[in-house]
Amino acid sequence: MKLRLDREPGSVSQTGAEAAAPRGGTAPAIEVSHLTKNFGGRAAVADVSFTVARGEVFGFLGPNGAGKTTTVRILGTLISATAGSATVAGIPVGPATAAQIRQRISIMPESSGLYLRLTVTENLEYFARLYGLPRREARISEALAAVGLGDRAHDLAGSLSKGLRQRAALARSLLNDPAVMFLDEPTSGLDPVAAHGVLDLIAALRDRGVTVFLTTHRLEEAERLCDRVAIMNTSLRTIGRPDDLRRTLFTRSLDVTTAAPLAEPGRVFGGLAAVQGWQHGEQAGGGPAGYQLSVTNPAQAAPAVTRALVAAGADVLSIAESRHTLEDVYLQLVNDPGGRAQ
Amino acid sequence: MSASASRIGAVIRKELAEFRRNRLIVATAAVLPALFLIGPTASMLTIKASALSTALDKRVDYALFLPLLVPVLVPTLMSAYSVVGEREQGTLEPVLTTPVSGAELVIGKAAAIFMPAVALGYLIFGVFVAITQLAASSPVAAAVRQAPQLPAALVFIPLLAAWSIWVGLAISTRVSDTRVAQQLSVLGSLPPAALAALMSFQVISPTFGLAAALAGGLLAIDCAACLVVARMFDRERLVTGRQH
Repeated sequence: MKLRLDREPGSVSQTGAEAAAPRGGTAPAIEVSHLTKNFGGRAAVADVSFTVARGEVFGFLGPNGAGKTTTVRILGTLISATAGSATVAGIPVGPATAAQIRQRISIMPESSGLYLRLTVTENLEYFARLYGLPRREARISEALAAVGLGDRAHDLAGSLSKGLRQRAALARSLLNDPAVMFLDEPTSGLDPVAAHGVLDLIAALRDRGVTVFLTTHRLEEAERLCDRVAIMNTSLRTIGRPDDLRRTLFTRSLDVTTAAPLAEPGRVFGGLAAVQGWQHGEQAGGGPAGYQLSVTNPAQAAPAVTRALVAAGADVLSIAESRHTLEDVYLQLVNDPGGRAQ
Repeated sequence: MSASASRIGAVIRKELAEFRRNRLIVATAAVLPALFLIGPTASMLTIKASALSTALDKRVDYALFLPLLVPVLVPTLMSAYSVVGEREQGTLEPVLTTPVSGAELVIGKAAAIFMPAVALGYLIFGVFVAITQLAASSPVAAAVRQAPQLPAALVFIPLLAAWSIWVGLAISTRVSDTRVAQQLSVLGSLPPAALAALMSFQVISPTFGLAAALAGGLLAIDCAACLVVARMFDRERLVTGRQH
């Protein structure tokens, strides 16, 4: 799906040249330093620091009540921080700059928040006026076309499916040509097809160079879309590229499956210099003829393991590097009460 | 307090469009004025021309009191709903993420309720007076025409409506439940309703000077209420339910 929304001439947000610039090549879109938010005596966000580069799709992950939405609301100037500081789109977050920041960002909350008795166009018209946008009709048409809703422009929002409402909300978020888009659980409650459509739109935003701050529970979405992710549970547990996080948290390993269980697996794997350790597949979540081998370099270890297995008379069904998902990383960190911050 | 006329206009347009689309709101809002028109009008048309002037005056007082409740009661429930209702529907938070200020939002919402409420108030009085002048007996028509409450109503309809609206909005920005907001707003509209009763039944005789003083006082209260409600509009409280 193509996503194209012409930027206003003289717009204060990214120019075409900036949008095409390599990610991270310019000043950060978001900088957060020691951000803390307490509600009464309870810390919702505790001493969180991170930066998001321009044009980056940044995933903000965490369980319910982890402080994700609170962080978005602070950065979106809806609520104030108890301590710490932040800049969004190069503007320091504070009461004096709140309207200026709100002009340059958009936030799509978890629910579409559409006025169900108004048409899609009327909903967007309202927000275009609140943003004080020039050439409103053209911008609304462009935004609706960008999310594939051009033919539903005059339908009542209440007549749309939930997936289409999310698209309409996304179109609303595009109206002001935001420098930073905050998307809070954009696929929550959507069926797989509708969710896929919304994810395609976010991918198109990324390709266009828009900075996207995505909070989600769906780890496969974050893995697919995000350049970097932060895992949050009141405090920041970790931040980095999904691949880096996997490498940091998990030793590299090979998953080996043979046609029948090995009679003496210790003798087969124990003699290999490339293998640091091994465990039976059942312990590693595999079958009775499966084994997980700890290795430093899977590409070098795999041929040696194959030769050893053949020499032992085993029929090898598969040898592949173990694939830890972002979910593994997430569960490891969220369930670790000490966590780790980087 | 600075405000953008175009943003206020956007809020007004949206609110009026929503009213138009919600036939139930329009229908239920019309019931009370209809009752307050039918009852007094019937009372004026059925009174005998030979009735004593004191009896006639009492009927006229009563007849002119009920329509004066229209601008007090009709906007009360609408304004009480306007902020907390949006919050419950989930439509408020996206609006709060835009550059619209609290003042712009509440002024827009107030204006969108004020205009139909005042128009309805004048319409009810206009229809009542027109019917009595055309169909009632001459002494009754003359009593209505000469009632001091009639010119007072022209001034007080917008002032009473504004009071009810600001009370409703103030409550709506501070509570988290629509039902609580509406119940409290009805209580908050009692003072202007009492004022309307005192004037209509001539406990307070609406001489020009007194009416002007009361109108001036109400105007000052309405203006102050606008400022207070704009200041009470707290994004954090509206989003989280907590005061920061």
